[in-house]
Amino acid sequence: MTIKNRVYNNTLYVLLSGELDEHTAKNTRITLDEIFSSNGFMQIIIDLSELAFMDSTGIGVLIGRYKKMKDKNIPIYICNPSMHAEKIFKMTGLYEIMPKII
Amino acid sequence: MKEILNEMTIKMRSLSVNEGFARACVASFCVQAEPSLDEVTDIKTAVSEAVTNCVVHAYPDSEGEITINVKLYDDSVFISVSDTGVGIKDISRAIEPFYTTKPNDERSGMGFTVMESFMDEMNVIKNKNGGITVELVKFFEKVSCKAVGETC
Repeated sequence: MTIKNRVYNNTLYVLLSGELDEHTAKNTRITLDEIFSSNGFMQIIIDLSELAFMDSTGIGVLIGRYKKMKDKNIPIYICNPSMHAEKIFKMTGLYEIMPKII
Repeated sequence: MKEILNEMTIKMRSLSVNEGFARACVASFCVQAEPSLDEVTDIKTAVSEAVTNCVVHAYPDSEGEITINVKLYDDSVFISVSDTGVGIKDISRAIEPFYTTKPNDERSGMGFTVMESFMDEMNVIKNKNGGITVELVKFFEKVSCKAVGETC
């Protein structure tokens, strides 16, 4: 899993590349928490266009980050999910707390 | 009884690093039956969920063995993922959406729901000698050659 990020116009953009499963979840959590702990943004957009695979472990990772950012009143949005990731998001209701943006 | 076109069994240690290998291995094996890309992705996800269950829940404090058996038919695939771990006391409760025994570990509790949704059949069975076996079936919706105007 590779994670890239940049801040532009008060928005933190995060690009996840690779596979998100139990094996990569721990480092993904740690890296995202480090990035999210910085200042200078009012919302977060997670770009999944380069995420090749994700199972329900990924849902746990995303919900965990949502809970942490909710305390800071910083919304998280999802963009460019694969059809497959979209299927899992819809099934789990993730879009209700982390809406999809185009 | 349907004819088995091909069959394989793989055994591996319950290490999370093996999840990627397991799903890629089963998906590659299934390609012989010419499933669609969507079907391959569904199978990869279900296998990943089943192996994750073994790594996280079956052997919580130790390593154990995971056995994956795949039987390939012309129109479907049967996959079983077995462990000899701690087992599940209440299977019907465990397969409920959002149910997790590890809420503090950021678990979604959606593993069995994903397996059930992405595959056509799912059975969770208690093994006589401990642990569980997850049985999964996926039927392939093959596009006929006539429908696409090609010669088989």
